[in-house]
Amino acid sequence: MAPLLNIRNMTHFFGGLRAVSDFNLTIEPGEIRGLIGPNGAGKTTVFNLITGVYTPTEGIVELEGENIKGVETHRIADMGLGRTFQNLALWRHMNVLDHIRLAHYSQLSYGLFGAFFGTPKCRRQEKAVIENSHKLLELFDIDKFATQNIGNLPYGAQRRVEMARAMATKPKILFLDEPTAGMTPDELIRMIEIIRQVHRDFGVAIFMIEHRMKFVMDLCERIQTLVFGEVIAEGPPEEIQNNPEVIEAYLGKEDLH
Amino acid sequence: MEKLKKLFRPFSVVPLAGWLLGVFCAAMMEYYLGDLISYYLYLPKIPVLFGTLVMLKDPFLIPSVFGYDLIVYVVPVFLVARLSAPLANRLAALLESMPLWLATLLHLAAFYGILHMWAGINDYRVLVVKLTMISIILTLSLNVINGYQGEFSCSHPGFMALGAYASSTLTLLLFANDKMFGEPLLNPALGPWLFPLVLIIGGLVAALGSLIVAIPSFRTRGDYLAIISLAFLFMVKSAIENMEIIGGPRGMSSQPNYASLTVVFVWMSLCIWIVHNFTTSVLGKALNAVRDNEPAANSMTVNTRKTKMTAFMFGAFWAGVAGGLFAHVLRYVNPSTFGLNKLAEILAMVYFGGLNSIYGSIVGAVSISMLSEALRPLELFKWIIIPLILILVMIFRPHGLISFTEINVKELMRPRNKERSGGVE
Repeated sequence: MAPLLNIRNMTHFFGGLRAVSDFNLTIEPGEIRGLIGPNGAGKTTVFNLITGVYTPTEGIVELEGENIKGVETHRIADMGLGRTFQNLALWRHMNVLDHIRLAHYSQLSYGLFGAFFGTPKCRRQEKAVIENSHKLLELFDIDKFATQNIGNLPYGAQRRVEMARAMATKPKILFLDEPTAGMTPDELIRMIEIIRQVHRDFGVAIFMIEHRMKFVMDLCERIQTLVFGEVIAEGPPEEIQNNPEVIEAYLGKEDLH
Repeated sequence: MEKLKKLFRPFSVVPLAGWLLGVFCAAMMEYYLGDLISYYLYLPKIPVLFGTLVMLKDPFLIPSVFGYDLIVYVVPVFLVARLSAPLANRLAALLESMPLWLATLLHLAAFYGILHMWAGINDYRVLVVKLTMISIILTLSLNVINGYQGEFSCSHPGFMALGAYASSTLTLLLFANDKMFGEPLLNPALGPWLFPLVLIIGGLVAALGSLIVAIPSFRTRGDYLAIISLAFLFMVKSAIENMEIIGGPRGMSSQPNYASLTVVFVWMSLCIWIVHNFTTSVLGKALNAVRDNEPAANSMTVNTRKTKMTAFMFGAFWAGVAGGLFAHVLRYVNPSTFGLNKLAEILAMVYFGGLNSIYGSIVGAVSISMLSEALRPLELFKWIIIPLILILVMIFRPHGLISFTEINVKELMRPRNKERSGGVE
């Protein structure tokens, strides 16, 4: 059987700049993988290439054996690739419940006619969506904010809304772009629990970009290190932690004098 | 402000049905006693729009006008509404136990009855009410594009013109004997019955035309799209001006009189209902998502292209319907009607009333149309006062008077005698 996500020799150029070169990745169902690297290494670009925001210049990108290179972002999302964003990408005039409702977009089949006239089919599906949304909100412990505008929520709760929203698209693999950016230590511990819970309850595979070593070491089974668009090391957390090349990339060369 | 609140407290127990009853009594009073009261107040005749016109023409009549408004409108409305509150609450409870659609229809029917009676006093009122209701359709449809979808489209009068000309051509060709197209092709008796179909065709033509703006919107946003849409408006205008077959710059006239008050009211209600259904559904929420953060919407499986196209075509459809109604109310259209003035008027209504809100659109359309009618005697100064009000609104409420509020029919119609969660006060 084909692996869940299979990427072979993915390369991308921005004009003449080689942003990502020969990126390889295989993710099996239920795996948790990490991607680390210094600022500007191209981590978010890798995410954007896989999720269809950009189309890779070269290489193979497959989800469950199906090509997703050059496919529109919303189609890829529908095929089972959910994601969160580095700097929260929430809809600022919408309330929390509507965020989760909207992520069910591709699961609805009533069509525009149904939406205009509120047909029984439309009402039935909308009701089911609202029920499911409340379930997700409860799971992420943000049900009490359901009718609040997203801007009124504390930062940690906004992160959880984003996560719940991604889970509402019923992903098979979840991409997390720095899920702990700007979080307090308390919120960080909470986030580890939530990611574990998502992994356990939904059985999704997770691929995350993260800066905090403790977080990555705690969660990930395998880690890749990206520097200037190239993978310089790959392996289990302990191995990466002690890899001289990784240390060099983060801290610079040791001064011998 | 505190005092004002205290003054209105006794009226917080009045349900919508009670207010309707009050307004009904006021309309009855004007219908039967209006002539008498205006005679004793030295008014030449029943003031048409709450006396604003008379007041501006002859300042000495200001006290009489105030007296008239007080006796005929304010006192009966508030008195009857308050006194009938216990009864009206019982009625509201009864209506609440009915299915929602039936209760809504009954309220609408009652409202229409009152409106019909009030407007029936003279033809000018009928015309103003019709044009106001058409403005509501226009404002709502532009709000879908500019408010819900967050683009800045300037092509609305163009869509309106497409609808107006398409439906006028059809009715003149099929049902009217006129100098442009000659004998009617169908029996004119069929006209009023096929008129809805004609309006829908007009709307569809406008929706098709909107693709010229919708497709560039996949790539551009903001100012650039505004310029493209403005270009579209001029394209439509000059195209019509240069087509002799539909009258060119002279326009089209003698459309059959199909757009009665009832017809316009029904279309307006239909428009509000459909826009409400659409904007509260997930497919409609997708519009907001595209506005607030398009990449995020894309990643959450929302087909953003389809969403943008839907918003434009939906908005344009209703603008086309409004245009068709407009042509059949005035029974005369020419291309210069659909120029920048019209655009400014519709945009003012949308931004005054409030973005992303059906209430807001209704408030905006009614208040701007009423204001521009009421200030008509001031002629040029009208266009100083209205923009000034608009600027004030923009300073104090940048998103418009009532923005980001959804209409809640159930809440609106509920009885007010019992305390409820989230009730008034």
